[in-house]
Amino acid sequence: MLNSGINVIIEGVNMQRLLLGLAVTVRIAFISIILGSLLGILLGLIRTSKSKVITFICRVYLEVFRIIPILVWLFIVYFGVTNLLNIHLDGEIVALIIFSLWGAAEMSDIVRGALESLPKHQMESGLALGLSFWELYRYILIPQAVRRMLPGAINLSTRMVKTTSLVVMIGVIDVVKVGQQIIERSFTLLFVIRCPSGQKNWKLNGRIK
Amino acid sequence: MEINWAFIVSNLPLYEKAAWLTLKLSILGIALSLVIGMLCSVILFYRTKGLVRLVQAYIEVSRNTPLLIQLFFLYYGLTKVGLTMSENTCAIIGLAFLGGSYMAEAFRGGIESVSKSQLESGLSIGLSNFQLIRYVILPQAFAVTLPSLGANCIFLLKETSIVGAIAIPELMHITQDLIGIYYQTFEALLMLVVSYLVMLLPLSIALTWLERKVRYAQFGN
Amino acid sequence: MTIEEKHQVLLQINGLHKEYDGTTVLDDINLSIHKGEVVVILGPSGCGKSTLLRCMNGLEKIQGGEIVFSGKDLTDKNVDWQNTRQQIGMVFQNYDLFPHMTVMENVLLGPVKVQKRDKAESLEQAEQLLKRVGLFERKDAYPRQLSGGQKQRIAIVRALCMNPQIMLFDEVTAALDPEMVREVLDVMLGLAKQGMTMMIVTHEMGFAKAVADRIIFIDAGKICEIATPDEFFSNPTTERAKQFLNIFQY
Repeated sequence: MLNSGINVIIEGVNMQRLLLGLAVTVRIAFISIILGSLLGILLGLIRTSKSKVITFICRVYLEVFRIIPILVWLFIVYFGVTNLLNIHLDGEIVALIIFSLWGAAEMSDIVRGALESLPKHQMESGLALGLSFWELYRYILIPQAVRRMLPGAINLSTRMVKTTSLVVMIGVIDVVKVGQQIIERSFTLLFVIRCPSGQKNWKLNGRIK
Repeated sequence: MEINWAFIVSNLPLYEKAAWLTLKLSILGIALSLVIGMLCSVILFYRTKGLVRLVQAYIEVSRNTPLLIQLFFLYYGLTKVGLTMSENTCAIIGLAFLGGSYMAEAFRGGIESVSKSQLESGLSIGLSNFQLIRYVILPQAFAVTLPSLGANCIFLLKETSIVGAIAIPELMHITQDLIGIYYQTFEALLMLVVSYLVMLLPLSIALTWLERKVRYAQFGN
Repeated sequence: MTIEEKHQVLLQINGLHKEYDGTTVLDDINLSIHKGEVVVILGPSGCGKSTLLRCMNGLEKIQGGEIVFSGKDLTDKNVDWQNTRQQIGMVFQNYDLFPHMTVMENVLLGPVKVQKRDKAESLEQAEQLLKRVGLFERKDAYPRQLSGGQKQRIAIVRALCMNPQIMLFDEVTAALDPEMVREVLDVMLGLAKQGMTMMIVTHEMGFAKAVADRIIFIDAGKICEIATPDEFFSNPTTERAKQFLNIFQY
């Protein structure tokens, strides 16, 4: 069983397809984690603002992504938006858009949580030293917040890598053609690449505690 | 843009049926994952020899593989070694396998929130192990655990959107069918989103309420 | 209480040895406590006095020596701790009342669920004890609605309701606001006057002097001095005890 499994994976075309599929998932995950984090950090900073309107809009943005399943979002953009605007969007582009936006939403909450968890007197003693708004964030708040953000951010990245497997459903990787055999083997492989990222997260959490 | 209302009305029963199927699968999956989670957390709490490693390995595997892959494994993979299960069974087992680890973590968090000194003062008035769990740990852990359990239920209900991948006629699957057959993309998607909102919004609001209530009612010592 | 009963040994500690991961915390402790006696244990922080109390009730395992409580050896492997703990009341620093139960439920948990005593009779006893500590009116309150001092008085009642033969008090006023210390100490003093056998770890020197029959001074895990309060406070024999008492002079 194991022997034949390895054979199926190694057989030329299958191996190529498998690696190709994996490369696509990893690429999507990688790019959207970066885009999502950048956008999310910005949004997170905005969410600590005092304006009720701005925080409300940001909150709605987050909740909208939280309530509706990601797969539904992929469908909405893949089928709906392309249909509505009468353009063709490649499945990979759709995945990039949705995963980045989702990542940004979740990331903004992590950033906000980290900033708000800082004791208030940190900000006050910074202001008392006469720091400007930007200096306050640059030297006092952000360095401290980053440490608190890290576990959440890594957890989010793991979730995003995991969720990218959904791109199969909008035809980014053609499952039917690659066939059942590959899926079965890719289970093993996916587990191999995912497990270490989970492990690392666990260790890091331990250290921060 | 014109909305084809007739199309929506004529396909409403289809969506209703699919939504019930989604709910049914989630409820069974959630119930099973609660049982798994409870067992795992009890094993971890008592540090039962031999089983602890097994549970830890299960939690790692469950948390680090996507449900989609788990489903493919159950549905296509196991068939190859001669174990064939119905689509619905696969979906429920998949959800339970995924959810079990999340529930276990929630229970563990609750149990750990009960301070050691609470356990000691329980022991010092002569409570037995069982009485300690029954009268001291469970009532306190429950309040802490409830919001995470709620969040997990919502999470699992959302994950059900994936089971269409193994040919279960749930919401995603029928939406894809309708789009493919009739090209009524907007209407199909609209009904899809509304179906999920109808199921998830009340749950989500209830959860927010619950979280706030628990936070304010924190017993505080 | 007759003179004879007063001389009956209730708790006997012989050569008790306790260590954490190879570090000795208590070394060769020998002590006997008579019925109706109030023993106050003093000593600097981390000297092991709390650990000693916790050993009495099985919350800490000991590595050597023996503890004999009303004729039973508590170091025996087959000792029924559940039963023993019902006879040894303990009150902790952090007044750990069960937060999800009312005062009355907290107090009745032991007699009704553990000792399976008659509910009406337990209730009557609980009410009497609550009256004695002046908290009868609060019997239906939840712990979060009480002040620290009130909680600690309830914790004492909870332990008393089991009709213990001895009460252990582990720095019960250390976590309290200063103005609440008095109300708790008064309850303890009342108990002492009624003839309850007590082992008290405290930092309240004035109270120690007033309540104790004997003072045990522990330093670095060893008993340095055993004396009557008068002797100990006016004329300590060891250098360590002198230094310790000096800290409290201001």
